[in-house]
Amino acid sequence: MAEPVTAGSEDLVLAGLTKKYGDFAAVDALDLTVPSGSFFALLGPSGCGKTTTLRMVAGLEVPTAGTVTLAGEDITRLKPYRRPVNTVFQSYALFPHLTIRDNVAFGPRRKGVSKREAAAEVNRMLDLVELGEYAGRKPAQLSGGQQQRVALARALINHPQVLLLDEPLGALDLKLRRQMQLELKRIQIDVGLTFIHVTHDQEEAMTMADTVAVMNQGRIEQMGAPEELYDLPRTTFVANFLGRSNLVAGSVTGTAGEEVSVQLDGGTVTAPVERAATAEGKVWVGVRPEKVHLKPAGDPAGGRGNELRDAVVSDVSFAGVSTEYVVRLPSGQELMVFEQNHTSQRRLHSGDRVDLTWAPEHTFLLDAAQDASAGTQFDDE
Amino acid sequence: MKASMRTAGDWIARHLVLMIGLLVLLYMLTPVFVVVLMSFNQPAGRNTYTFDGFTLDNWTNLCEPYQLCSSVGLSLEIGLLATLVATLLGTLMAFAMVRHRFRGRAAANVFIFLPMATPEIVLGSSLLALFVSSGLAGKLGFWTIFVAHVMFCLSFVVVTVKARLAGMDPRLEQAAADLYANEWQTFWRVSFPLVFPGILAAALLSFSLSFDDFIITNLNAGQEVTFPMFVWGANTKGIPMQINVIGTMMFAIALIVVVVGEFGSRRRGRAVL
Repeated sequence: MAEPVTAGSEDLVLAGLTKKYGDFAAVDALDLTVPSGSFFALLGPSGCGKTTTLRMVAGLEVPTAGTVTLAGEDITRLKPYRRPVNTVFQSYALFPHLTIRDNVAFGPRRKGVSKREAAAEVNRMLDLVELGEYAGRKPAQLSGGQQQRVALARALINHPQVLLLDEPLGALDLKLRRQMQLELKRIQIDVGLTFIHVTHDQEEAMTMADTVAVMNQGRIEQMGAPEELYDLPRTTFVANFLGRSNLVAGSVTGTAGEEVSVQLDGGTVTAPVERAATAEGKVWVGVRPEKVHLKPAGDPAGGRGNELRDAVVSDVSFAGVSTEYVVRLPSGQELMVFEQNHTSQRRLHSGDRVDLTWAPEHTFLLDAAQDASAGTQFDDE
Repeated sequence: MKASMRTAGDWIARHLVLMIGLLVLLYMLTPVFVVVLMSFNQPAGRNTYTFDGFTLDNWTNLCEPYQLCSSVGLSLEIGLLATLVATLLGTLMAFAMVRHRFRGRAAANVFIFLPMATPEIVLGSSLLALFVSSGLAGKLGFWTIFVAHVMFCLSFVVVTVKARLAGMDPRLEQAAADLYANEWQTFWRVSFPLVFPGILAAALLSFSLSFDDFIITNLNAGQEVTFPMFVWGANTKGIPMQINVIGTMMFAIALIVVVVGEFGSRRRGRAVL
């Protein structure tokens, strides 16, 4: 940008946004700033309030409290048709009685664009989503993926300041979904608009978004770049919902310089102080399954700093690029370990005695007051 | 022989559903054919129910029987007016009940069915009592019939339009609002075209209910004579064949309205841009 812009002047800002149904808070005092031009993902299990949040931004739901501000203007009470915001609905919501052309032209026509200009714009838009030849058809004559692209074209043609995507890929099969993810990302970079993408698919959120906000029970658990969230979850919910995590109970024994030491059942481990959500009392020691390495029990070589000894392999499953082990600690707790399948490496078998080892800089510490299984029940979605 | 039997059996098995369907259709439509046929009947005497000879007289001398055409005129007038008002009110009610949540909605949903469930004769006599006790004795006629007809058509309109509206995704209206259509535009460009077949069906149903009604009308008509009342009266001294002409005409008009309506709703999609 050539002109110096006031920082954040075009941003979408949600402040204290709340939506209550009776006593139940679907969205609970949400504070969120979505930077202009970013691809932003609201990630969470169904019922976490992410769609309600989106609908409040679109104007389809009136907040119980709080404000929605777009580019400095308070739009909280504005009718949906007065907001420079467009939505791609989960079910696409294409008008079944109109042709694809008329569906896409609907927004511009309502804004008073002339028939001719609208028609030219529609053609450009349909070419962008590669559906030019389907302009004369009705939505019911198109496949799910094609309908999805029409819904996208119908929203994008209006050049909204913010495009809202409500699980837009939910109805597509896996292959088409991956393809559309790349497509969406490409279009977003092309048009440079702010995209807010609501999804319960953590992989989708991580692949597409610049910033991911993990939502749970009407609140934002943690927000940041995908790699940041994955590398350093700050709550047990994020640790489990975004990828998988091993969480072992321990108590902090002390902090020496940059390192926090934690006493576990099977030994002592350390973690950098900046990776500790809490650095005293009881904690969960967390580590991602692929960061852990297995070595034969008692073998002094190959240690990476933190170790848990005398574990037993209880389950082995081969998954192509990696092998997934379930390992039982002497305490009875089972941990997951993913090992890359390097040719040189010996496969372990059920019943083998092993030591677990990983680097302190891959360790994170979470508050033990949180439920260690939060976020795990949504694995199948 | 055996092979041909088997072939015949196969043929019957394959076409059984079709044949049963045709029989049911025949069962449904026979009375209509009889009406059309009898409209060309040259009756031998006053009180005849047999086809005695072909003639076009019934069509050319349509208004010959005393009061026939005036009664048809009255029925048409009341039918059209009652349909218009009942369809308008009923459609608005249906939208309110499907699209909005309000206190008393569940109760309203039940009450809507009451006029349909109440026996007509009871409705008719209670209406008469109501009219008389409101000081309308001696003033019964066009307007009392009209009020009665709107009342019993209303439930049918609400139920029909509601069914259509309930099958319509509310997100379509939200999408329209999201795409800069205000409430008025959303209604006319999205809701109305999609609900229109339901509204049309409701209007046709209303009209045929109103045009047909004898029991309630007879009790609340005063000195006026509607078409069904005329037929009932004529029945005692021999039904004129012209009644069948009226029947055939109504049947033909209904058919045309349905076909045009269907054609129109298919075309409407193009006209929107």
